[in-house]
Amino acid sequence: MFELRIHSRGGEGGVTAARLLAIAAIHDGKYASACPFYGAERRGAPVVSFVRIDDRPIRVYSQIRRPDLVVVLDASLLGVVDVLSGLKTGSTILINSAHRHEYPGFITYNIDLTGIALREDLVIAGSPILDTPLLGAIARIGIISQDSAKKAITELFTDERNVKAADAAYREIAI
Amino acid sequence: MLMVATGNRAVAEAVRQAKPAVIAAYPITPQTGIVEQIAEYVTHGDLLSRYIPVESEHSAMAACIGASATGVRTFTATSSHGLLYMHEMTNWAAGARLPIVMANVNRAIGPGWNIWAEHTDAMQERDTGWLQVYVSTVQEAYDATLMTFRISEHNDVLLPVMVNLDGFLLSHDMQPLETVEPGDFIPPLHLPHAIDPTNPVAYGPLTGPDQYFRFRWDIERSMRDSVSVIRQTQAEFARRFGRTYGFTDDYRCDDADVVVVAMGTLGKEAEVAVDTLRNEGVKAGSMRLRWFRPFPKLDLAGREVVVIDRSYSFGFGGTLATSIRTSCGIEPYSVIAGLGGQEVTYDDIAGFVRNRRIGGEFWFGVTPGV
Repeated sequence: MFELRIHSRGGEGGVTAARLLAIAAIHDGKYASACPFYGAERRGAPVVSFVRIDDRPIRVYSQIRRPDLVVVLDASLLGVVDVLSGLKTGSTILINSAHRHEYPGFITYNIDLTGIALREDLVIAGSPILDTPLLGAIARIGIISQDSAKKAITELFTDERNVKAADAAYREIAI
Repeated sequence: MLMVATGNRAVAEAVRQAKPAVIAAYPITPQTGIVEQIAEYVTHGDLLSRYIPVESEHSAMAACIGASATGVRTFTATSSHGLLYMHEMTNWAAGARLPIVMANVNRAIGPGWNIWAEHTDAMQERDTGWLQVYVSTVQEAYDATLMTFRISEHNDVLLPVMVNLDGFLLSHDMQPLETVEPGDFIPPLHLPHAIDPTNPVAYGPLTGPDQYFRFRWDIERSMRDSVSVIRQTQAEFARRFGRTYGFTDDYRCDDADVVVVAMGTLGKEAEVAVDTLRNEGVKAGSMRLRWFRPFPKLDLAGREVVVIDRSYSFGFGGTLATSIRTSCGIEPYSVIAGLGGQEVTYDDIAGFVRNRRIGGEFWFGVTPGV
């Protein structure tokens, strides 16, 4: 079972990202589940979402303690939340940032999803949309296929800028 | 059709297909997703129900009672304090023999104020005459909701049914959902005692002890008859749609020395604990109880039993543990866990089994023990 944990702030799209990833994984022919941890959080507060992907039905409901991949949608969380908690050595961390973060012992990807969203004019109510470009980046890492990522995005969103942003992230993430 | 849905969405989708004539509901966390989705179906014309946005849960059940008494299909959904607020009317629904279907998204009772999963809300409805089923996946939430309309409305039953799904853990979890075309799986409702304006009779007059007592016995008789109706309905569902359900969902129980009994999502997570224990050489199994009312006959003879309860009867014991003690005549190890949404992992469940003290009781994370 592949387990993925997304750290974000309320309103940044972490929950939708988890949903998109589950849909894409199911399009890949896998089983998946996605769940946010619902606390008392509101807009701007740190939130965590989980995605599980497996070849068989998923029977686990507890939170992910030992993730295979951690996504940080908001780099301002890096000093606030222990994003590496339980991350297996040699596993992957993907950070939405224009700057270079390094975590020795882990595979670290930095990609400026916010920059991509702004460039593609993918902004709603003043907030850049991060979840759809994130899907492109995760497809490039190989967790989901690019086709399924696009399918998932177009199922949920009609605005084609979402797919463009996902494509941009797919191209631009430094592997 | 394959989709990705939350437990709430799955219930709403089944309700859309069951086409109740009247839906009366009041939103409450974490049930809100169900009534929002249904309201959207009605607004967009995808569901031609009369949707009554009432001012309270008491009124929601009262409106369902009034509608159901005219012989039409009804549905409502609630959680926690909403269910407790309905309590007078849930008793009425069962006593009036009205086949109302309700989804209850299990949530703790305040204070302390808490919105997370617990079974205490539904357990306080235990003795009302409602049938209760507890589900563990999004698919099961959908399948069970479809089936409960048929069970509830069957003329051998004519009792209300409550579908229970764990708050957030299942109501908000997104999983694959395969929907079906129900066709005539849910036959038209025929309520023999429906209000008929051409044949006026009195409803709800003062009832003397003899007749009242008879009515009570009649509820129990139908509750017993519901066992075969549930069995037939689940068999017919399997025949038509290929998914099989029983009164329990047994996992690796056949040769098990120790069996974990739990309801809802904990019962599903227990299967992973069973796999862990089997790898250690412990012959463990999981028996996830689906139907709590009517309470099924469980085959637990000759095994050690670990019961995990998500609710408690103060001054007595875990609700499920005491039920099993009475109905099976065995002494289980009673674990109280997951109250107020307490995190319980499959490793924790494996720990309950490894450290079991048959006959004992353990409050996970609170009392010393494991």
